[in-house]
Amino acid sequence: MDTALKKSLIEDCAKMIIAHADELTSLDQAIGDGDHGVNMKRGFESLLADADALAARPLPDMLKAIGTQLVMKVGGASGPLYGTLFLSLAKEISEAPTADHARAAFAAAIEAVKARGKSDVGQKTMLDVFAPVLAAWDNRAGLAAHLSETARQAADATVPMKAIRGRASFLGDRSIGHMDPGARSSSLLIATIAKHFGA
Amino acid sequence: MANVGIVIVSHSEKVAEGAADMVRQMVGDAVPLAFTGGNSDGGLGTDVGQIMEAIDRAWSEAGVAVLVDLGGAETNTEMAIEMIDEARQKRIAICNAPIVEGAVIAATEASGGSPLDIVKQTAEELSPQ
Repeated sequence: MDTALKKSLIEDCAKMIIAHADELTSLDQAIGDGDHGVNMKRGFESLLADADALAARPLPDMLKAIGTQLVMKVGGASGPLYGTLFLSLAKEISEAPTADHARAAFAAAIEAVKARGKSDVGQKTMLDVFAPVLAAWDNRAGLAAHLSETARQAADATVPMKAIRGRASFLGDRSIGHMDPGARSSSLLIATIAKHFGA
Repeated sequence: MANVGIVIVSHSEKVAEGAADMVRQMVGDAVPLAFTGGNSDGGLGTDVGQIMEAIDRAWSEAGVAVLVDLGGAETNTEMAIEMIDEARQKRIAICNAPIVEGAVIAATEASGGSPLDIVKQTAEELSPQ
């Protein structure tokens, strides 16, 4: 993959998370411990600072370094969850993946996140964005825009869900009516990545 | 053989330190003990690197039992264990137990020379089945 594209992906994802840090924090204040925005911002600021060095690496190495950095910097529960996502992608992907390879890598990474969080679809988590995006990933023209829109709708669809995993699950029924912060950050990242592929 | 070590991982350094103080009062220096709390900015949270270091400080050839508080502490501890030397991984156990009571009970069991699986089991008897 082209170094300039990799750098642009890292920078734009980081800027997107940093720009939405306050929103992620207020979502997390409603149903969690209110640290999702600040934690994610810390992690993505460190990626932004390292963007040149990260982008210079081959794609699998870059993804591994991103995963490790997120694990070490983000903290909370989202650090190991996003870290696991990227570390798993790193294991599955090649330097120049086809769309099918990327899809298969994403599918494997979702399974790794499920195992890490001991969670599954329908529990008001980032998996409720990842799984619909994977399901919507076909061979259509305009795929990137389709996945971006799927992610946005999937994050919205976490609003009426009741949290089963994570700190929000302590709230039980009171978690209903709020968007899951991890679902929101996932949809932001997917929309940003999709934009680079034509969305 | 050395006694099993105890590691306490809380979102709050004060909670972790306080629990460690209670363990020390019960067992003195009979078990290796380490605690960690807070994220890399010094706020509430947990930090994988600091958890790895705490496990290292409390390391014992008999293994280490880890007590955690809320979700992220457990997930980050699991991540930390996976990033530790593979030969050690099998000798690290996260106990599904309340952090303060679990740490005190686990340390008391460990101070009598019990193996890791018994230390973990004794701590977990505190959790509702």
